[in-house]
Amino acid sequence: MPKGWALPHIVQRGEVKPALIWAYRALAVAFALAMGGVFLAFLGYSPFNVYGTMLRGALGSAGMQKETLKLTIPLALTALGVLLAFKMRFWNIGAEGQIAAGAIAASYFAYFQSHLPSGLLLSLMAVSGFVAGGLWGLVPAWFKTRFGTNETLFTLMLNYIIFHFITYLREGPWRDPGGGFAATPRFPKQARLPELPFPFVGNLHIGWIVVLVMVIGIFIYLRYTKQGYEITVVGENERTARYAGMPVKRVILRTMFLSAGICGLAGMLQVAGPDRQLTDAVAGGRGFTAVSVVWLARLSPAGVLAVSFLFAALQKGCSMMQTEYRIPASMSDILQGIILFCVLGAEFFLQYRVMFRKKVAA
Amino acid sequence: MPDTPAIELVRLTKCFDSVTACDCIDLDVRRGEILALLGENGSGKTTLTNMLSGIYQPDSGRILLDGKPVSIRSPRDAIRLGIGMIHQHFKLVEVLTARENILLGQSGLVSMKPEDAVRAFQISVDLDKKIYDMSVSEKQAVEILKVLCRGADKLILDEPTAVLTPQEIQALFDTLRQMRREGKAIIIITHKLEEVMEVSDRVTVLRKGVNVGTVNTSETNRFSLTERMVGKQIDLDVKRETLPPGQTLLKVQGLSAHDESGRALIEDINFDLKAGEILGVAGVAGSGQKALCETITGLEKPTSGKVFMQGRQISGLSPREIIRAGVSMAFIPEDRLGMGLVGGMDIPDNLLLKTYRDQKGFFLSRKQARAEAEGMVRRLRIVTPGIHAKIRKLSGGNVQKVLLGREINLNPKVLITAYPVRGLDIGASMTIYDMLNEQKRNGVGILFVGEDLDVLLGLCDRILVLCAGRVSAIVESQFATKALLGMKMTGLTTDKEDDYA
Repeated sequence: MPKGWALPHIVQRGEVKPALIWAYRALAVAFALAMGGVFLAFLGYSPFNVYGTMLRGALGSAGMQKETLKLTIPLALTALGVLLAFKMRFWNIGAEGQIAAGAIAASYFAYFQSHLPSGLLLSLMAVSGFVAGGLWGLVPAWFKTRFGTNETLFTLMLNYIIFHFITYLREGPWRDPGGGFAATPRFPKQARLPELPFPFVGNLHIGWIVVLVMVIGIFIYLRYTKQGYEITVVGENERTARYAGMPVKRVILRTMFLSAGICGLAGMLQVAGPDRQLTDAVAGGRGFTAVSVVWLARLSPAGVLAVSFLFAALQKGCSMMQTEYRIPASMSDILQGIILFCVLGAEFFLQYRVMFRKKVAA
Repeated sequence: MPDTPAIELVRLTKCFDSVTACDCIDLDVRRGEILALLGENGSGKTTLTNMLSGIYQPDSGRILLDGKPVSIRSPRDAIRLGIGMIHQHFKLVEVLTARENILLGQSGLVSMKPEDAVRAFQISVDLDKKIYDMSVSEKQAVEILKVLCRGADKLILDEPTAVLTPQEIQALFDTLRQMRREGKAIIIITHKLEEVMEVSDRVTVLRKGVNVGTVNTSETNRFSLTERMVGKQIDLDVKRETLPPGQTLLKVQGLSAHDESGRALIEDINFDLKAGEILGVAGVAGSGQKALCETITGLEKPTSGKVFMQGRQISGLSPREIIRAGVSMAFIPEDRLGMGLVGGMDIPDNLLLKTYRDQKGFFLSRKQARAEAEGMVRRLRIVTPGIHAKIRKLSGGNVQKVLLGREINLNPKVLITAYPVRGLDIGASMTIYDMLNEQKRNGVGILFVGEDLDVLLGLCDRILVLCAGRVSAIVESQFATKALLGMKMTGLTTDKEDDYA
């Protein structure tokens, strides 16, 4: 070999410091935004102006911030639900449907039990939303434990069933008789979520409290409880779990119930909060966005909160961009895609490093 | 230039993170020579061979093949340069046949037809059999064929005998000798000194990533090699203590189990296991050892037969109930982390696997497990950056120490252990035998599924021999011989059987 040849090669890294991890990811996001900027420049816009507008649209005023937070709440909650299942390596991509199931159950109480006092009614809606979502998630989990079905396909397919069911309710039994076109009625006042002041932003529906409690709760649940430990073991190595006498099937069923239940609760918060009625846009693709959120957050509850906020801001900023520059809001999806690609790509460099062979001492 | 080594390594160095796996290693292998590479776990043998086969790139140093400096940047480069690597873990596509695996992705590189190689080296393997239908030795044969067909003249075998029966080992050695005659350069990695003595021409001993010396096999002996390898003399004899027979703990009656397709895995197994006894289980790989362990521990349901633990029937109970009844299993499967440990978790979390449910309440306390882990790391001299290192990052021997240590910590009445020293060096193996003997003194009944007959004979009080899922013999070790066990394992019977007893 001629002297001075430096052969690039890939070597595995050992433990990586968390600071380095976040530095890499920040770099990846910056790189993604730069790529998006190039894309915008191709479309004939100044990336700086557009990004400025987006930033303003997402965070420019208290009102904008509030809207961004409103988008963060359901996304973060859904992602927390998905996180539980993913931790167990159960690929729940049916959060959309579980949100819808929760929303339907909550709406039932809002429409037909509205004589109840508001506190009790909302509690019932929350509980029924959780249970309905959970049961909807239990279906694929049960088939998985019983027959070994593929949960990815199963959870996905269930989404379509439940959305057609919403359409049926809207067109049929739950149709607002006073409305001109097929729609469900607005919720009565007592079935709407109360608001609490959020720092610097003003009143925001109490979903934000739920999200914060859930972030801490899930963190503790996974880290410090026996059930959380079981989830990790089953996720890491099901055979070992079985061998250690762990009730694997029960763990799968229970975790999936909780995972889907949290998604159902997100559905309840959505109908009783911003939507105030049951529509088929109740999930709005969040069930899928949540999957990206969980990956980017590396299955960390706090990370979910941060990434959800970033995605919500992106979405909000892009709708502003749409109104000001008439750039389609799907730019938001493109940017999300580029970010996901770059950040997941950065994972490679966290696990491996490129090295050059040192010269041989003669 | 006949004296040019086929493979020559000059000051080859490789670091992982902060660990220097190979430190300035010099080594050479000539054509028509078998070089044994001997060393404890983590001494850098596997890293060294991975550099030769293009999986790792050295950080510094040179590799010369037939006198020419080369850079091996990928396994494909290695193949092109005539290096054939037989890994410890087979790298075969399970759903394809032997032939397909041999030819896979090798257009233009195949220098020998699989059929020709089978004939030339007298390797008995059905080329049209799917890999998933094959036994371990057949898979290994396919791996060997694969590199031969690609024209390799420099072969590296990473612990090739670990998974083979004595007869299969002899067959493998015959193949190796045949290759030597054909002028191939062969490196064989092994822990077993007998094999080093038997098959190699020279031995290179590695210790902690450093070459501590190369000697001619004919001019050395087992003790001197062991000393070189571990740095101090080790008593090679496995001790068997005879204790007065205790009460019967485990009673297995007519136990049978089938796989999903109804094929019998074990058939009509009967034996007793007493307190303070080590009952060895010998058998060719795949004779039903796994099924036996799994049915006793409740992982698989028996199709018929019963298992009693101190008079109480435990067959049919769940694994957890059986663990609670005092039956504990340290099962080291062929892929070390397949069962028993969770690679992505640290030591304390792995220690908790079987006991976490005994904790009261909703929350999990790790305090005790951490203390236990600290103690275990010290006591068993587990080499790890700390108790919070992920199990996956530990070397094989240390993984096994954690596994067995955990099972012993459970204070079981019956300890089932399968291949607990597989892949371990002598020092670590002795630690494991000591651990087992200590349990025996404490009145634990131990079912020891092993593979090294010398160890089985030395350590166990009695040996149960499995052959094709049936018990072919249960013998007292002190009256048994290797020859007898070998015959029972292969199902051979002779009229003069008594001569061996």
